[in-house]
Amino acid sequence: MVVAVEFSAVSRHYGVGDKVVKAVDDVTISVAEGEFFSMLGPSGSGKTTCLRLIAGFEQPSLGSIKIFGKEAAGTPPYEREVNTVFQDYALFPHMNVLDNVAYGLHVKGVAKPEALKRAEQALEQVALAEYGKRRPGELSGGQRQRVALARALVNQPRVLLLDEPLGALDLKLREQMQLELKTLHKKLGITFIYVTHDQGEALSMSDRVAVFNRGRIEQVDSPRNLYSLPKTSFVADFVGTSNIIGSELAQQITDSNQPFSIRPEHINIYDNQKNVMKVTGEVADIQYHGATSKVEVAVNSQLLAMVLSNTENTEAQLPKIGQKLTLCWPQSRMVML
Amino acid sequence: MQYATSLLPTTSNPVLRWLSNTLYRKNNLFLFLLLTPPLLWFGVVYLGSLFALLWQSFYTFDSFSMSVSNDLTLDNYRALFDATNLDIILRTLSMAITVTLACACIAFPIAYYMTRYGSRAERGFFYIAVMLPMWASYIVKTYAWTVILSQEGILYWGINHLGLSSALNHVLQLPAVGGNTLATSNLGRFMVFTYIWLPFMILPIQAALERVPTNLLQASADLGARPAQTFRKVLFPLVFPGVVAGSIFTFSLTLGDYIIPQLIGPSGLFIGTMVYTMQGSIGNMPLAAAFTVVPIVLIFIYLALAKRAGAFDAL
Repeated sequence: MVVAVEFSAVSRHYGVGDKVVKAVDDVTISVAEGEFFSMLGPSGSGKTTCLRLIAGFEQPSLGSIKIFGKEAAGTPPYEREVNTVFQDYALFPHMNVLDNVAYGLHVKGVAKPEALKRAEQALEQVALAEYGKRRPGELSGGQRQRVALARALVNQPRVLLLDEPLGALDLKLREQMQLELKTLHKKLGITFIYVTHDQGEALSMSDRVAVFNRGRIEQVDSPRNLYSLPKTSFVADFVGTSNIIGSELAQQITDSNQPFSIRPEHINIYDNQKNVMKVTGEVADIQYHGATSKVEVAVNSQLLAMVLSNTENTEAQLPKIGQKLTLCWPQSRMVML
Repeated sequence: MQYATSLLPTTSNPVLRWLSNTLYRKNNLFLFLLLTPPLLWFGVVYLGSLFALLWQSFYTFDSFSMSVSNDLTLDNYRALFDATNLDIILRTLSMAITVTLACACIAFPIAYYMTRYGSRAERGFFYIAVMLPMWASYIVKTYAWTVILSQEGILYWGINHLGLSSALNHVLQLPAVGGNTLATSNLGRFMVFTYIWLPFMILPIQAALERVPTNLLQASADLGARPAQTFRKVLFPLVFPGVVAGSIFTFSLTLGDYIIPQLIGPSGLFIGTMVYTMQGSIGNMPLAAAFTVVPIVLIFIYLALAKRAGAFDAL
């Protein structure tokens, strides 16, 4: 396995003295060549800074970053074999689409006819062949997104960095682009490093996901493991939704003060099954979500969420607000924290 | 819902209420009322006086009786191409071009530092530093420069102490640049022009730089462009409209100025001083009017060239 990008104990600090902000704090990761690697976290968690460290827009305060085995700390962006798709695309407004895409080739001294030919091919690849003469300002958000992608890919980078590239698109377009990005990744076989705060996006597209919180990495794992076996309460809470049961309530349910988490979709309404954990509370709220309904049950002072699919049966017997309800779940679905 | 009525804005005066509601509904009426005063000002005072000026440039001046008659003629425009008058135009034009280039070269780094690197405090300092000289009267500043540039002045003092006086003499002996002393040289005049108009160049460039998102420069570097390439292909084209806006100020202000050429530099008229003389001491209003048309035409030519160079593509 070839390692594409390797962080060893990388930190990025801003400010001095007491006011030091640790945007990235002692991060160690290694991304394999050809991997679709996502960095997931809330805003301000350090994921974008990590991406900018790889691109070269930021330099690490401590630690080393290797890109294909070569130390990258200290090299400027224009000497790195990576290309970035920016969050707001950063297309050059004074050039037409074709010149935007050909830009990287131009500045590297590729002859003009050759550069334009390759730019046209790159535009074809993102289904925008006939838009070359337009200005970026005349394109829709989704089209600009594709131009930004073509502009990065025409340089044949070994690592493609994507900084929340779908953040500004509407839901349908986002889902379509997710699919296209995944297809593109398979076809090109290069490394994708994808920054997002959208856990659905990270789970559905990635080979592996690193979850960031306050500049540190909480967990690096496959999407499936991240969801079913979160190692920290932050991951359990941030990836999907979880009911985090603190030690006090855990004591009441399991006779042990070990905190744990349980997903809403794994909770059922008690029906005399054996071998289950159970707890009784009062229905506080019911939210209708179309295919499902979310029921929030107050146990002591904590709200536990559960999900019911809206079939004919369940809709007829939806619990009412204020009603006493006993919840249960199989022990195997609990994740100890 | 007991608060609902009290939350609506209330006007006790029904007339005012009727008025604001009517204006809100009839947008065209509102725009008409909004634009009539400034359009009247522009149309009558601004364009009207300009038109009167243009019209007078076709009148006839009788040099024997020293009087102006209403007979229309093109003689004044023909006179512009006399050797002496053409000399005045070329002298003014070359000064305007060099001053504009110098202002652009000095303004760009300052504006760049202000937008890209300056902290809030530094930016405030630079704003004040740039604007403060504009608070003082322009004539006072020009007179101050006559003192600075005089042979007893601080500039000579500094040059002598640095042992550069022979170098200065060599410079002053250059044909187009020099003169007897700094205060009577084209170099001195150029320095004062550049000093006086510099803020008019810094501010538009700074505004243009502020509109260039940093991530465009990062994108350029990311795609493999070295800093010089990023400057040439991304930053400069995007800031060029600001440079053009600033240069329109410095260029036209130099073309039209008549104080600095009187106080500093060698003898020889500028367009401004020529207009002043023709209109004031000689009373040849038609030729003065024809001379004022020259900067207008030059600015139009300049704008046409700037447009061809793509100055407004990024707007």
